[in-house]
Amino acid sequence: MLNVEQVKSIITHALPGARVEIITNESPSAQHSILVDDDHAVAVAKLLRDHPELRLDYCSNATGVDWPEATIKTKVKKRLVVDGADKEVEETIETLRSGYLEAVYHLYSMEKKHGPVILRLRTENRTDKNHLPSLTPVWRGCEFQEREIYDLFGIVFDGHPDLRRILMWDEFKDHPMRRDYVEPDDYEYEPTPHDDVLEKATRRQKGAG
Amino acid sequence: MDEGLKNELQKQGIFTTSFEELYNWGRKNSIWPLGFGLACCAIEMIAASMSRWDLARFGAEVFRPSPRQADLMIVAGTVTKKMAPQVVRLYNQMPEPKYVIAMGACAISGGPFKQGYNVLKGIDRFIPVDVHIPGCPPRPEALLHAFMTLQQKIAEQELTGKNRPRHLVADAPSEFPIPQFGEHDLVPANNPSVWKPPATSRAA
Repeated sequence: MLNVEQVKSIITHALPGARVEIITNESPSAQHSILVDDDHAVAVAKLLRDHPELRLDYCSNATGVDWPEATIKTKVKKRLVVDGADKEVEETIETLRSGYLEAVYHLYSMEKKHGPVILRLRTENRTDKNHLPSLTPVWRGCEFQEREIYDLFGIVFDGHPDLRRILMWDEFKDHPMRRDYVEPDDYEYEPTPHDDVLEKATRRQKGAG
Repeated sequence: MDEGLKNELQKQGIFTTSFEELYNWGRKNSIWPLGFGLACCAIEMIAASMSRWDLARFGAEVFRPSPRQADLMIVAGTVTKKMAPQVVRLYNQMPEPKYVIAMGACAISGGPFKQGYNVLKGIDRFIPVDVHIPGCPPRPEALLHAFMTLQQKIAEQELTGKNRPRHLVADAPSEFPIPQFGEHDLVPANNPSVWKPPATSRAA
């Protein structure tokens, strides 16, 4: 199995215009993923599927991730000269990350018996620029999963053959898997409430008398 | 008729009954359920109808594929909000007298999905339920017990007077409003004529 760097070099060789970025995973699983820009996503997908060394012919899973706007704190160590002595000082840098939505595809090869290669696509923001190219024309198995992402996260897949909601009803307006989704207030109590639910349950109990 | 006299006559080989008793006896021993299931509870319901638990002993083995021939609706499983209008519609299509058993934690309260956005927190928010069975899923014995509870309920129904059952009251509703799909939730989220939010006073 080729590692992500090798997969990246295959892509950049074959498609010089494509912007490809490796997103590292710091956890022990070390499942690094490849971020591809929208314009080249379908071409990259076709390449991954048809390349003789990769032959990623099976998309086992497509899912969404919601990244809301957030301030990210990173700690940086700096060497400073304080009162003539060398000191190591930790500094916190806050950066504002704008929100975006992600579609993540886990690709395997049935033929070569290897995988997964993880492919990510990112939208520009979470509100109006939420379009991504559909990879259903490349892997037919993505059809329902992209519909599910559309339903629960609100990413619009251009080129999808039948983009409708799949779990919720057509009249539904929200995207329940987004972090800022507010669920309908439709239950009164919980047997063992805690945190948000406890707060909600207490509020309801006071309201119901 | 006096109960003692009735027993005495029975010893002499004379069987007496009332129309009410005969009518209820006939009804309670031929409750035909509607053959539909929504989730895993349906598997237990099917098990209850098969030879080991044998629902046929109670005259209820004929699961009808059409609501128009059914007397009993066993709501067996999770009622999602997307499914709720269809469940109410099926209930509306059943002829009176009709009964509902809400089987399992999901059907009575939403169960493990109570905090979810897509599950109806109990079918009793839209249609009147006669027997609730807790359990996840309930054993077939629990369903049999619910059946016997329902039979007892039918046997005790008075056919005249102000406590008579709904199907003998001309202006009582036999159809219940079907909720519509809204932009955020079902509209309405419950039917206030059959369901009121529980008055919980645990804090007090």
